[in-house]
Amino acid sequence: MTMVVPPPKTVKVEALEKPPITLPPSLISWLQAAPLTIILGAFLALPILMITVVSFWDYDFAQMYPDFVTFNYAETLGSWVTWKTYLNTLKFTFLVWSITLFIGFWVAYFLAFHIRTSAMQTVLFLVCTVPFLTSNIIRMISWIPVLGRNGLVNSALIETGIIAAPIEWLLYSDFAVVLAMVHLYTLFMVTPIFNTMMRIDRSLIEAARDAGASGLQILTNVIIPLSKPGMAIGSIFVVTLVMADFSTVQVMSGGQSASVALMMKNQMSLLQYPAAAANAVVLLVLVLLMVAGILRIVDIRKEL
Amino acid sequence: MTKAAEIDIVSVSKIYGQTTAVHAISLKIPAGSYCCLLGPSGCGKTSTLRMIAGHESISEGDIRLGTKVVTDLPPARRGTAMMFQSYALFPHLDLIDNVAFSLKMKGVEKEERRRKALEMLQLMQLEPYATRRPAQLSGGQQQRVALARALITDPEALLLDEPLSALDPFLKIRMRAELKKLQTTLGITFVHVTHSQEEAMALADIVVVMNDGRIEQAAHPRTVFERPATAFVARFMGDHNVITGRVVEKVENGIIIEVPGGGRFQAIDGTGEIGDAADIAVRTDRVMLAETSAPTLGFTGIVQNVEYRGSSVKMVVSGAGIEDFTLIISDAAFFANPVKMGDAVPLSWNSGDAIVLGRITH
Repeated sequence: MTMVVPPPKTVKVEALEKPPITLPPSLISWLQAAPLTIILGAFLALPILMITVVSFWDYDFAQMYPDFVTFNYAETLGSWVTWKTYLNTLKFTFLVWSITLFIGFWVAYFLAFHIRTSAMQTVLFLVCTVPFLTSNIIRMISWIPVLGRNGLVNSALIETGIIAAPIEWLLYSDFAVVLAMVHLYTLFMVTPIFNTMMRIDRSLIEAARDAGASGLQILTNVIIPLSKPGMAIGSIFVVTLVMADFSTVQVMSGGQSASVALMMKNQMSLLQYPAAAANAVVLLVLVLLMVAGILRIVDIRKEL
Repeated sequence: MTKAAEIDIVSVSKIYGQTTAVHAISLKIPAGSYCCLLGPSGCGKTSTLRMIAGHESISEGDIRLGTKVVTDLPPARRGTAMMFQSYALFPHLDLIDNVAFSLKMKGVEKEERRRKALEMLQLMQLEPYATRRPAQLSGGQQQRVALARALITDPEALLLDEPLSALDPFLKIRMRAELKKLQTTLGITFVHVTHSQEEAMALADIVVVMNDGRIEQAAHPRTVFERPATAFVARFMGDHNVITGRVVEKVENGIIIEVPGGGRFQAIDGTGEIGDAADIAVRTDRVMLAETSAPTLGFTGIVQNVEYRGSSVKMVVSGAGIEDFTLIISDAAFFANPVKMGDAVPLSWNSGDAIVLGRITH
């Protein structure tokens, strides 16, 4: 049997013969770092800088005047409304954080340790993400027909005779805000915890069982300590998202509850940009402090 | 701490769905002995160890440890301790807490358990590292921590799953010696899973050679090496040439087999009916480059390969229907009369160096 061997493809030699363009090594490094620097500079550093600058400007009902005044901060920090709003936002953050942490931990635990095949794990994890194919607003608004005065929950309870009159606090209440936020943000907790749990060496659990640990002892002595980095990352996601949320608070509380971001939005709609900017700087500092606090408690470097 | 337990495995099987990993094996490991489960990967040795430890349920059969049947007991109540292949040290705990883990699970007071753990670390010469995390230790140190953690439960038997496989060759030999010393000092039963025949021979009082979920031979290493029970054992232990053929003649204390299209060879210690298939083994280091005294104790073949190994020379010869017949001769004998690839050489061996191998009927 004879086989025709195709001649090896010849590389065009002319292109190689030209002297290659040589750049100084330092310039190459700068060029490599440039894309990320430009993106972060244009979309992160510059806006924050502008907000900080504007927060020191003067304004009236129609216009902003470049200046250096501190009364935006004085007004923001000196008003009891601001303090109440911040406390309210922190309350939502704490509630949503603890509930999502609880649910997220157990969902991740179930996925990581009770589903045996990795194919099924992937399928179930994707099922968790399916609601995210619709927008935040739609998922939030879809609670209204469920929780409303004549919504699914109330009518079902009345028809079965459990209650006589519709429960009023289901919708347009703090309860509704927390419920919707938990719904929106639990997956941000599930994903990093699941990710961390999948990296726990299964032989550690066997070693714990070999040492006589019960199921609960394995959970508290091995799984929870080793899942902490995932919990910290999830907590950072949830805390920053809830602290900055205004739409959920506005829609689900029916305008009865306030959050810091909602306060800023109202200030902006009144064209009080410098006041909103000052508020934004205060919020940014507070959120950064909270993130720093989380990072102090848990070392997440192993996960990055 | 001398309360070793005999381990008695009675027709134990492990079935995963449709596949049987372990086929009704029976084995008695005497109290205080060092037992190596040896075999290629997938032979069922790790499943067997995990069934003794209680990390794998026993599909059929029973395991007795000392005087109690442990078949359905959880790992911690069997009186065994396991050392895992990658040591499975808790990365978030320092050495003291790692070693004290089982005491903490039992509810021992903090001061008490830390004191005991420190004593155990002292025994393993790890005291200076007591407050370090496992990741800050070398492989050999990690292994000693794993040993300390397993031994603090005061077990009657220590089960080791490929304990040396994660170490570099130099450290492997050192830790091997430490394991043997520890076993001798403690006097408890060690069951050690390995795929290295060298490791098994160096350590074991009993070598259990497993293949395909069955025990091929369980005996003292010297017996396993000098009298391999089956062709598998002979090949796996190495240093044996296995010749397969059919029995053509029965002689005193042995048989003569004929290799298809080749020579006839005599071997001792076996019987067989004329016409049966049979395997015989010839030790590679007992073959000489010399004319045979009897025609059934040697052949003439063509040298396929010569490897110089320092104190010895390894040659591969084909002929008389046998492919790749290996012999190892001393360098002195080789260089007194050197041969090269392609040469025809006469090979011979003494009548006691060819033995008949058994066949397991499955």
